[in-house]
Order: sequence, then C-alpha cells, then structure tokens
Amino acid sequence: MKMLLTGNEAVARGAYEAGVTYAAAYPGTPSTEIMETVAEYKGDILAEWAPNEKVALECVIGASLAGARVLATMKMVGVNVASDPLFCAAYAGVNGGLVLVSADDPGLHSSQNEQDNRYYAKFAKVAMVEPSDSQESKDMVLAAIEISEKYDIPVLFRMTTRVCHGKSLVETGERQQVGQRPYVKNLQKYDLVPAVSRKLRAGLEEKLKRLEEFSNTTDLNFIDWNDKGIGIISSGVAYQYAREVFGTTASYLKLGFTNPLPMDKIRAFAKEVGMLYVVEELEPFIEEQLNAVGIACIGKAKIPNMGELTPDIVAKALLDQIRPTIEYDSTNIPTRPPTLCAGCPHRGFFYELSKRKNIMVTGDIGCYGLGGSDPLNAKDTSYDMGSSISMGYGAQRAFERNNENMRTISTIGDSTFFHTGINSLIHVVYNRGNTITCILDNRITGMTGHQENPGSGFTLQGMPTKIIDIEEVVKAIGIEHIRKVNPLNLKEVEEAFDWALEIDGPSVIITRWPCILKKQNDADHKEFGDYRGTCMVAEENCIGCKMCIKTGCPALRFNKESKKVKIDASQCAGCKVCLQVCPVKAIRKVGE
Amino acid sequence: MAEVKNILLVGVGGQGTILVGKILSSGLMRAGYDVKMSEVHGMAQRGGSVSNQVRYGTKVYSPIIDKGQADILVAFETMEALRWLDYLNPNGKAVVNDYRIPSAPILMGKNDYPEGILSIIQGKVDTTVIKAGEIAKKLGNSRTMNIVLFGALVKGMNLTDINWEQVITSIVKAGTEDINVEAFRAGLK
Repeated sequence: MKMLLTGNEAVARGAYEAGVTYAAAYPGTPSTEIMETVAEYKGDILAEWAPNEKVALECVIGASLAGARVLATMKMVGVNVASDPLFCAAYAGVNGGLVLVSADDPGLHSSQNEQDNRYYAKFAKVAMVEPSDSQESKDMVLAAIEISEKYDIPVLFRMTTRVCHGKSLVETGERQQVGQRPYVKNLQKYDLVPAVSRKLRAGLEEKLKRLEEFSNTTDLNFIDWNDKGIGIISSGVAYQYAREVFGTTASYLKLGFTNPLPMDKIRAFAKEVGMLYVVEELEPFIEEQLNAVGIACIGKAKIPNMGELTPDIVAKALLDQIRPTIEYDSTNIPTRPPTLCAGCPHRGFFYELSKRKNIMVTGDIGCYGLGGSDPLNAKDTSYDMGSSISMGYGAQRAFERNNENMRTISTIGDSTFFHTGINSLIHVVYNRGNTITCILDNRITGMTGHQENPGSGFTLQGMPTKIIDIEEVVKAIGIEHIRKVNPLNLKEVEEAFDWALEIDGPSVIITRWPCILKKQNDADHKEFGDYRGTCMVAEENCIGCKMCIKTGCPALRFNKESKKVKIDASQCAGCKVCLQVCPVKAIRKVGE
Repeated sequence: MAEVKNILLVGVGGQGTILVGKILSSGLMRAGYDVKMSEVHGMAQRGGSVSNQVRYGTKVYSPIIDKGQADILVAFETMEALRWLDYLNPNGKAVVNDYRIPSAPILMGKNDYPEGILSIIQGKVDTTVIKAGEIAKKLGNSRTMNIVLFGALVKGMNLTDINWEQVITSIVKAGTEDINVEAFRAGLK
C-alpha cells in the first residue's frame, strides 16, 4: 500500500516491518514523532520514553544482547549524551539488530548547535546509513537491522530535519516474522574490561574492513549515469537538492551507506566523470575522506559548511544560477519570534524573576527558555540539558571567591530535571553549594509537543504508572529548603524568591501548574480544578500604563490611539497574571 | 522540472497550516501525483512564523521550495505574506488572508504593524485578498478559517478536479466534517 509519510513516520513503519520488538527514546526535535509513531504499534513493539538518551540507548543495548531487534531514537545532541554506551556497543557488537537514529538539525530550527553527527559513525566506528526521503527512511531501517546482525555492529541511522519532517510517498510491506535470538552469555564479548576490549578493538577493525567491502557492493550506494561531464557524490537530502538542480545533466553516485565509505566505487566513479562535485549539507564528511586518498573534488570550497542547504544554494554555488524573485523592501517587517503562550504557567514565574537584581539566571532546554526573551529577559545562559543547575553552581562558587554580591538562580523544567538535572543537584548538595534551583513543573514535556515523562503518571504507550514526585526526589538528595508555589500567583512567587535569597545554603523552588496546551487528565482536574476562562479590561478604568504588556502575554493588545489595553478573548486563557499586575484593578476575570 | 508545482503555505504557529498541508498532500496523492511536503515543528511553532511547503508533479526531488519558485503563496496572516513574498515566482499568484496577528515586538510597542501590505503585494503580483476570518465566523466556527483559505487555494491552483470534500471529510476531526466542507465551499467562491 502507498502512504504519504514523514521520514519520522516511515522510520517507525520500518521498525515495525523489520520485526523490532523494543524501542526507546528521549524526545527532541526533529526526532520526536518517530517514537510517538512506533508507540502506535502497541502489542508488536514495546516503545518507551527514557529519562534521557543515555538510558534509552543502554536499554536497547540490553534488549539487543537478550536477542531482540531494537531501535533507539534521539536528536543529534542527544547522541552526545548517549555517546558513552555507543562507543561500548561498537566494541561489543549486538545480538538482535540495533539501530540508533540521530536526527540532525541543520539550520538550527530548534537546537542549540548544528553538529554533523556523521562524524560519530567514524569516531565510534559503527556502520551508518543516510536516507534521503521517506521511502528510504523506511527501507533503510530494514537494511540497517540486517547489516547490524550480519556484521555484529550497531548502525547509526542519520537523518536531518527535512528528511524527518518532509513527507513523501512510501510503499509499505508486511512485518517480518522473526523470533527473538537466544541469549548466550559471553564475557569475551560483553564484559568490556581492558583485556577483553583490546581483543574486541582488533575485531572491530576487521569488521570495518568487511563493511567497506559491503559498502562497495551494496545497492544502498548506487550510480545513476547521465551526462559524464559532471559527476556528483551526495547523500541524504543533499542528494535530492543536487538532483533538483542538475537533473539529467550530471551523473550521480548516491550514497546511502556512508560509513565506511565505498572508496573503490568512488574511485571508479571519479575516473569516469569530468568535474567531480561533492554536495553535502553541513561538514565535509565525504569530501575530507576523498581528499585523504587523493581524489580531486570540489565541495566546501563552493558550498558553505553551515546553515541548511537548499537547491538554491547548490545552483548558485555550482552553476552561478540566480533565479528571479520579486523585488520589494523587506527590511521593516517586524520579526515574529516564538513566545510563551497566553496562559503559560511560566509567565508569572519569569515576570517575578525579571524584577530581581544582582542575580545570574542559568536557564535550560525547554519552553521556559522563552522566559529569556523580551520583555521578560530573565535568563543569562542556556547550554545543554541539565546544565542550568551545575553551571549556576560553578558561577556561584566564582562569585563567592571574588566576594561579589551575586546569587545564581537555576531554572529547569520537570522533564529536563529528570533528564540530567538530578545529577547536577546532587553535586550542589554534596559540595555544600549555595544556589537556588527552580524546577518548573508543568506536568508534561512541553516544547517537543507534550510527551509523558517520569513525573506525569503515564508511559508512552498510555499505561498508568508511578508518578516520580519531584519534591521527594529533591528531599532525598538532601535539600532541606523546599517551597512549592503556584507560578501564576505572583505574590507566592515573590515571597518564595525573598525566602530563598535569605537562606545561606541550597534551596529548591518547585512551581507546579499544567501547561496551558496540555490535555488535562483526571489527576490534573482534581489538583488544579477548572481554572480556564477569559479576562477582560474595563476600558474606562484602564490608565494606559502598559504594566500588563510587560508580562509579554500575546493576548494583550495596546491601542495607541485610545491608549487602552484590550484582551483578545480568543487567545486569553484566564491565567490572571495581567490582573495581578494591573495597578488600578482594571482587569477582571469573566464570571468572578 | 517544469511540471513540478510548488505551493507555499505561510502563517503563524497555531493557525492550522499543517492541517491544510495534510489535506492538500493527501488529495494530490490520491489524484496520482508524486508529492513531497515539508513542515515546521518544535520551538518555532510557539507563535512563530511557520511555513508548509507542498510540491507535486510526475517526479519530485527536493522537499523544499526555494526563493522565487512558489507557484502560489497562501498567507494565513497578512504580514506573513510580505515576509515570504520573495519565495513567490514573479509570475505566480498570492492568496492573502486579510487577517492580522500582531507579533511580540508589535504587542510590546517596539514596532508598528506595517500598513499598506495588501497594496504592495497587489502591485507586484496577481493577488487574491480574502477575509477568511470573517467568512469562517459567519459560518459559525472561526477555527475553520484555514479551510476557507484552502478553498481559495484550490481555486487559485485550478485543482478543482479532485474530490476535495471527500478528502476533507476523511481527515478533519469527527463531528466537524460539515462545517469544514461549508468553509471549503465558501473559500472556493
């Protein structure tokens, strides 16, 4: 049957067809929908959210050793977190086939950096495939599982945003009925102590040699002969762009299996063509390896190694082609940055935080990063998952050493706290730190589109489960000063900051209110009640002071002519933050 | 690849461009075209500027539309039409919703909402201006604004041969089929 699928949905379909029985992930754009779709194959595949990517990969490694075909998925920075087990898995190999999806984000649509994870395949010495559309995304999962089992090696499945979130037609197939392989205890394979790993390392080099032979012969790396004046080597979505621009005026060596590269096939192709171009998105992963063996080619000398590639860039760089566009003045179009939603529980918290002086706010990864944007501006840093607490700790130490009157406040979401924030908080307590940690619990993993997490009460496949209580965790770590607040109650938040700033020692403020976009479950209803509604401004009372506008709520409109504020009822969720800020009580909630 | 057609939907996160992209691509697929589509997820969705790109023809390679290449630009919000105008082919068509959503800098008073956008665009290309918000409201459900615009898109691209009402009915939320079909018909006028 033909279906129109995103690359992410196609990977999930591929996992189903390949007979995968266990899969784990931590959500992250652009990878998230893979595991959400895998979860729909309930009964055939056990799909889980792990608290972080390292745990996800370790879980699938364990299942692979026990004989299952497995899949782990994550965004590219998640592979950094999971890199420790990845390197081990390369040495030990697999039992059931193991595929690790790395979803890279060229152009930084939704990421903190633009790393090219193809280098991980070379670094960790694992096999790699790179699909260029949805059909390949499905087919290559089946191929990768087969390669993994045949060559006893994990396969890195490298995708990019446009492959993940691009939709195209997919011919689907049936699920392979494969039994689970038997588990065989084998210390010489799975006990990575130095004496064993030395041998495994030598074995891995042998595997890579055999994989290069495979790379030279597999149809995953194919040549499309057309005019031989120009030859193009490309992989992933970059191949589609090259095809778009050059059509049949060039010949192509399209690489689907990219570690190890098919050097014999590349040499043969290079000999046949006139000019050889390597068209790659991001880094010169292929080009560098061609240069190393003396194959002349043009790549990054013309095509930038940063930003998302487009057919336009390829056409300009290699063909000097500039296509006409409509000329107009676009310099004065106001920007449209993402904002905290109307009714977002983070708004009240960040509004109060923005009023504090002599503080450094170390932020973290999630919607609450938007608390650092205009007009709230309550953020100094944002690095990697969990970094807010440890970076805040380090900064506090340096401020103390220098006798500076500065406190650090770390802001971290519930899911990010479970991810790696816990470790950092242990460091704070263990090393007698003096930071204020704010855990912003909105009862869901928000930014990536509402995934369950260890604090939400449900598993990915909808099983009710134990709620890991953040307060109990924090207590168990040894934090003695804990306050729980409603982040939409400004007085409560203000008092909590006053309280924490007075304490000489580590403290934790837990804000607890559901994401306004969250589909509330029974427990939410019980705890938070029916609070949604609309606020409105009594225009005759509004003095036009714009205090409410400083909360940055997108439902508030200031009319320059009338000098009055109006609330857009279609957006307002009735959170009442503006109502508390208004100095003349001109705002009320409808029905109260 | 002259036979490949490019449709660019732009708007603000939350306006329902993704649903229209889904209906559009499903219908084109059922009509036998090769289809590729690209959409925006994650952070940018939180009230940010979003695009949804649909390409169809006998064989499609790139999933994205370049500057100057869109055959039709459907802007769900007026200012977004101007932001994305350079993606439209100078010989293409613009369908612009006369509907303003001020962005954060405008709400904070740092910028003004630009005036005269419609006449700028009308002066450059073949433009259809539609008050999809008002039309949807009159029909009784403001949230069907996106489907009204979809109707205008189908008309603009001359894709009326496809049985869109059937496609819409199979995709929209149960219980909203009739109102969405009505919205589609209103946009098609």
